[in-house]
Amino acid sequence: MSAALCLERVSYRYPGAARLALRDVELQVAPGEFVVLAGGSGSGKSTLLRAAAGLVPHFHGGEFTGRLEAGGLDTRTHEPAEIAAVAGTLFQDPETQIVMGTVRAELAFPLENRGFGAAAVARGVEEAALALGIAPLLDRSTHALSGGELQRVALGAALVGRPRLALLDEPTSQLDPVAGDELLGVLRRLNEEWGTAVILAEHRLERCLSAADRVVALRDGAVACDADPRGFLTWAGEHAPELQTPGARLFALAGRRPPPVSVKEARRALAAEGVEAGGAAADGAGFAARPAAGAADDDGSAAGHASSRAFGRPWRRDRGERAEPALAFSSVWVELKGGATVLRGVDLEVAPGERVALMGRNGAGKSTLLRLAAGLLAPTRGTVRGGRVALALQNPGDYALHDRVGDELPADALAAAGLAALADRHPRDLSGGERQRLALAIVLHGERPAVVCLDEPTRGMDRGHKDALLGLLGDLAGAGSAVVVATHDAEFAAAFAARTVLLGDGRPVADAPTADVLAGGWYFATQTARILGGAALLPEDGAALLRREVVVT
Amino acid sequence: MIYQCRASALHATRAAASSAWCVVLALVALSFEHPVVLGGLLASVLLAAAGARVARRVALALAFALPIAVAWALINPLVDRRGLTVIARLGEVPALGQLDVTAEATAYGGVLALRVLVVIGCFALLSAAVDPDDLLRAFRRVSFRSALTAALATRMVPVLARDARRLHDAQRCIAGAPAPRRAVVRAVASGALDRAVDVAATLEVRGYGAARRAPRGGGRPWSRHDLAFVASAAALVLIGLAATLGDWERFAAYPSFAAPVDARLLGLCAALAACALAPFADRRGIGR
Repeated sequence: MSAALCLERVSYRYPGAARLALRDVELQVAPGEFVVLAGGSGSGKSTLLRAAAGLVPHFHGGEFTGRLEAGGLDTRTHEPAEIAAVAGTLFQDPETQIVMGTVRAELAFPLENRGFGAAAVARGVEEAALALGIAPLLDRSTHALSGGELQRVALGAALVGRPRLALLDEPTSQLDPVAGDELLGVLRRLNEEWGTAVILAEHRLERCLSAADRVVALRDGAVACDADPRGFLTWAGEHAPELQTPGARLFALAGRRPPPVSVKEARRALAAEGVEAGGAAADGAGFAARPAAGAADDDGSAAGHASSRAFGRPWRRDRGERAEPALAFSSVWVELKGGATVLRGVDLEVAPGERVALMGRNGAGKSTLLRLAAGLLAPTRGTVRGGRVALALQNPGDYALHDRVGDELPADALAAAGLAALADRHPRDLSGGERQRLALAIVLHGERPAVVCLDEPTRGMDRGHKDALLGLLGDLAGAGSAVVVATHDAEFAAAFAARTVLLGDGRPVADAPTADVLAGGWYFATQTARILGGAALLPEDGAALLRREVVVT
Repeated sequence: MIYQCRASALHATRAAASSAWCVVLALVALSFEHPVVLGGLLASVLLAAAGARVARRVALALAFALPIAVAWALINPLVDRRGLTVIARLGEVPALGQLDVTAEATAYGGVLALRVLVVIGCFALLSAAVDPDDLLRAFRRVSFRSALTAALATRMVPVLARDARRLHDAQRCIAGAPAPRRAVVRAVASGALDRAVDVAATLEVRGYGAARRAPRGGGRPWSRHDLAFVASAAALVLIGLAATLGDWERFAAYPSFAAPVDARLLGLCAALAACALAPFADRRGIGR
């Protein structure tokens, strides 16, 4: 059987672009192989997937050299619609990937396009819906779906024809950790039971490395590393630290080798060396039971709370000394006309300078809460009080209305945001991180906001951009603005937030120091916390604990 | 203007027939000039919208179209010099020369505006009452290019509407006065090409146009409503042809405006309205 995907010296330049998006890429993916594509923003992951789907160069134009075969079909002689018979493709933005009015019609569409009969279409739709957990959505209008639901439906449409090759560009970027894990489970089953070759581009590698057979890292459009997951992590430790998983970083900082591919492997490695990581993560046994003086943190960040919990001091907000809240929700309900109840009697206060992460499953009410704060929505019942709220919505591109970055803001504001050099660029030509910075600069312009809210700011962001965003949010909090971030990214929440509010069924089901919320969970937990039984959330703190553990042992 | 399924005869009709009916109604409006006929057709469109339970949506579309119609009515007398009855002498205007506004050009501007409203009303009715999914499937059997065009036409409206809503929300998050609505519309319009490319790319990777034949066993029998709307469309075409050949509509805009109303004209209006609205009278089997 021919390779599921074969690239021979493929180079590609987008029309009008100065540099190559792909450079001499050589890659073979065997049938049934699970390959993860790694790399920073703009490294060429999406372009490679588009080339494999035949869209490059048929659809986008530009200069293409080399040879690419997807499922045995040469993309130079076969149209994307023909390649669709062997390759299912999912892009980043689910909004533009829904072409029909109902979920059932959306799933049926690719099968109908291939001329399947009614019975085969109906069976395929049911199976795909069951596999992806979207059976309850089948008769819903696609206009009424949330971002996470849209992404699962788009994935269903990509996989419904049981393709030989699945080309997936950040399929979990809009999903909560539970749905993300479920989706990866489906991909694994698809890969193992149906023999579908999976090529998955991801930024959050810790989610998917354990399922991968190989990792291909791209840098400036060229293959920088092509190895098994452990080989990739070893390479990343030496050449691309920004691509390390938190677990690999934890081990590297603690001076341990080899880097673990999964949580299970890390725990097994620690146990083999006699380091008890705490089997019952929920109660924080193991490390958490021991003093962790070295990890204490004065600013109330996650590490500080982790250590305070380790010392047995319960974390609580001191209500007596607290200033007037920057933002307060009291008994807030949002009940949609003719629809669901989104929020149920939410009581929540955020203090000036406080850093809060809002987490929860898709549809739990995180975005609604932020929209209420910014006055985009009015509660059905209850009140929302607070000063000026600057809200950065999920899509940073929505804030730019002009053809030049320089027309969006005065020159001094642009310079303050570090965007002066980009003044003559079109906002659509900015990278994801630059666009996020511009959006933040636009919403922060003017009077200093009492509260800064961000809705899923790290979606599709690489670690370098996340670190820059962390610095910016830290500065805002330091200047006295409360910062509230709705996110599915547990690692980012742990690094940023002192307090985490977990929403479930429209109300806070947990509201506590980040260390308490993210240390003991199965899904809402960082990889470091899962490895260390909740003793630390971040690799740096975990490594400090591990080093001390070795000394103690 | 997003399609929503309702219990109506038009909704119960297959997309090929219902869209053809809407297009024929718009073509009929383009073939007549008499203001009474056009007024009758506009009333028919509104009654049809009420029959299809989308009157509010169509009325809203007409309200949005009103400035375009008014602009048309105002511009025509400025650019059309025909007509005998000068009602205003605006003197020498750079680039336009001597500008005399005539009563005939003014009246004809009103006729054009009315026609624009009827045509926009027909397409608003199509958007609100014809299932775009069915339309997409129907076009798939014709040709790939026309199908792709239809797909983009049917999908781009909701995609751009969502974009506009998001941009509007984003502007409300900014301190100070929000950007004017025209700036948002301009931004959405300038991004439309990129969005169209995204949607078209999705259609390609879903295999659109790969199979030239229809799915086996996918056809459904013609319902009473399918037949009624096809018959109505055919009757509208025949009446239009008969009216043109038989000179039932006596109308002249220039050199002097003449739009006599006689029994034959009123009969024409009644026939057009009856043909257009008759299919809505049958309410059996309209649920889905």
